[in-house]
Amino acid sequence: MTQQFESAETQAEKKPGIIRVEGMHKWYGDFHVLKDLNLAVDQGERIVICGPSGSGKSTFIRCINRLEEHQQGKIIVDDVELTDDVRHIDSVRREVGMVFQHFNLFPHLTVLENCCLSPIWVRKLPRREAEAAAMEYLERVKIPDQATKYPGQLSGGQQQRVAIARALCMKPKIMLFDEPTSALDPEMIKEVLDVMIELAGSGMTMICVTHEMGFAKTVADRVIFMDAGEIVEEAPPTEFFSNPKEPRTQKFLQQILQH
Amino acid sequence: MTESTIKPPKKNLGPVKWMRTHLFSSWYNTLLTLVVGYLLVTSVGPLVSWVFLDATFQGSGPGDCVGEGACWLFVNQRLNFFIYGFYPDELQWRVDIMFALLALAFVPQFIEGFPGRKWLGIFGMTGLPIIGYVLIPGGILGLEEVESSKWGGLMLTLILAYIGILASLPIGILLAIGRRSDMPIIRGLCVVFIEVWRAVPLITVLFMASVMLPLFLPEGISFEKLVRALIGITLWQSAYMAEVIRGGLQAIPRGQYEAAGALGLGYWRKMGLVILPQALKLVIPGIVNTFISLFKDTTLVLIIGLFDILGAVQSTIADPAWQNVAIEGYVFVAFCFWVFCFGISRYSQNLERKLDTGHKT
Repeated sequence: MTQQFESAETQAEKKPGIIRVEGMHKWYGDFHVLKDLNLAVDQGERIVICGPSGSGKSTFIRCINRLEEHQQGKIIVDDVELTDDVRHIDSVRREVGMVFQHFNLFPHLTVLENCCLSPIWVRKLPRREAEAAAMEYLERVKIPDQATKYPGQLSGGQQQRVAIARALCMKPKIMLFDEPTSALDPEMIKEVLDVMIELAGSGMTMICVTHEMGFAKTVADRVIFMDAGEIVEEAPPTEFFSNPKEPRTQKFLQQILQH
Repeated sequence: MTESTIKPPKKNLGPVKWMRTHLFSSWYNTLLTLVVGYLLVTSVGPLVSWVFLDATFQGSGPGDCVGEGACWLFVNQRLNFFIYGFYPDELQWRVDIMFALLALAFVPQFIEGFPGRKWLGIFGMTGLPIIGYVLIPGGILGLEEVESSKWGGLMLTLILAYIGILASLPIGILLAIGRRSDMPIIRGLCVVFIEVWRAVPLITVLFMASVMLPLFLPEGISFEKLVRALIGITLWQSAYMAEVIRGGLQAIPRGQYEAAGALGLGYWRKMGLVILPQALKLVIPGIVNTFISLFKDTTLVLIIGLFDILGAVQSTIADPAWQNVAIEGYVFVAFCFWVFCFGISRYSQNLERKLDTGHKT
C-alpha cells in the first residue's frame, strides 16, 4: 500500500517554491501579529514550525490557506496568489489540506462521509469512486474498520487520524498541520505521529506547527523558530537542535528539553 | 473477583415496597398522598361520567340531549361542518383524499422501520402541497371550482398551518443566514425584516392583510382573502423562525466553518452540507415550539372572517336550536388541537432520537 503511494507521488515533478511568502505582515486590529515573514518551500519539503505560545506560528500557517487574511506582502501557493478573490482562495484550498488541533470533524456525518464530502462536492467524483479512495486512505491511517461510525464514537487519536485521511482524500499537494497532537492524551500522540511520519516518507509537502521535537528531528528538512511574530531562526534539524545560534532559540530549547 | 462479572445492584422493588418508599415514607408524605388521592378521586370521577357515562352520543336532534352528561350528539351532527366548513358535500371526497394522503405521509413516521417512510415524509413536504393546490380549489383538470370562501373548519386550519409551516422554514433559514452575512446590505435588510415582522402582533398582521393591503394594491389587482392571510402568516412566522435558527447557527463552533472552508467547500455548500444540518438539528425543539404555536395561532383568522375549526364551532354554538353546548364545542376544538400538536411534538422527539449521532458533550 505504502509503496504504491510513494511511487505515485515521487514521480511528480519536484517543483521549487510551491509556497512563497514574501514580506508578509498581519495585524489583528492594532496588534502586529506577524512581522515581515519570508519563506519559500519546495515541493516535497517538510517544514516544522515551533516557538512559544502566542508567537504567531498557528496564525502564520492559517494564512497559507487564507483562514486568516494578511494585510501586507505576498503569499503565493502553487502559482496562485492569495488575494480577496474568492476563486483564488477556493482553488488554493483545493490543493492545500489542513489538520486542526481540535480535529474539527463533522459530527453529523460518519467517518466515511466526512472523507467523501469534499471529493464528491468539490472534485465532483462519483460517490463510489470517492468512497473507494476514502477507504484506501482510512486503511493508510489504520482505521478502515471505523468507517461507518460517527466521530463522537471515536477516541481523540482516531479522530485526528480520520481528519488526516479526510484532508488526504482531496489529494492535496500540500498538507498543513496546526498543532495536531496538542489536544491528545499522551498515549494517543504516537499513533498520530506515526501516520504523519509515514506521510512525510511518501514525499508530501508538509508544514507542521508542533511541539513534538522528536518528530521534528526525525522528519523535518528545516525547522523554523518563531517568536513574537518573527521568524527568529531557520535551520536543518541537526543544526537547530545541536547548535542554535540565536539566544531566544537557545532559551526556548532549554525550556522544552529540560525535563 | 478474578472476573469483572459483578452485576449492578438491583433497583427493582416490589409494588408494596415501592409505595412505602415513594408515597408513605413519612407522616407528611402520607398526608400529601392521601390529599392528592382524594382530589383525584373526587375530580376524575365526575369528569369521566360527564364525558362518557352520562353523555349522549346518538340521537336525532337537540331534543335527545336530556341527560346530565355531555351532549356529543351536537358535535356528531355538526361534524361535517366542523371539518369541511361550507365545502359542498358532493365534492368533499377531494378533501378526504388530502386527509388520507396527509395520514399516509406522516403516520408512518411514528412506526419504526416502516418501509420507505423517508420517501413518504419527503412526499408530504413536496408532492402533497402540489396535489392539494390542484385538488382543493379545483377549477382545472375538469374539477369543479370551489371558492376559498367556502373552505372552513378543520380543513382550513390544516391548510393555514401546513402552508405556514412549510413556507416559513426555508424563508426563516435564508433570513437567519442573511442576518449573519458579512455583506452589510443583505444583513441590514434581514435585520429590518425580522425586527419589523416580529414586533407586530399576528392579529395586526392579519388585519392589515385583509383590510389595508387591498387599499394599497393598484386597481384591478386583488388576491383572495385566504391568500393574503397566508402570506401574512408566513412572513410573520418566518421572522420568528429566523431567530430560532440563528440561535442554532451561533452554536456551531468556528472550527466547523474553518474545516469546511479548508476542504475547499464554497459558501453555500459549507452552509448546506456542514453548518445547517448541525444547526437545524440543535434547534429542533425551538422549531417545533414555533410550529405548535403557529398551529394554534391560526385560530386568529377568525378576526378577518375566515371560519377555521374554532370559528366553525363558535358559529354553531350560537344556533338557537342547540342550547348549552358551548362546553362540548370548545372541548372538541381543544381535543382536535391537542391531537395535532401532540403529534407534532412526538414526531420531533422521534426525529431528535433518529438524528442523534452521539456527539453531545
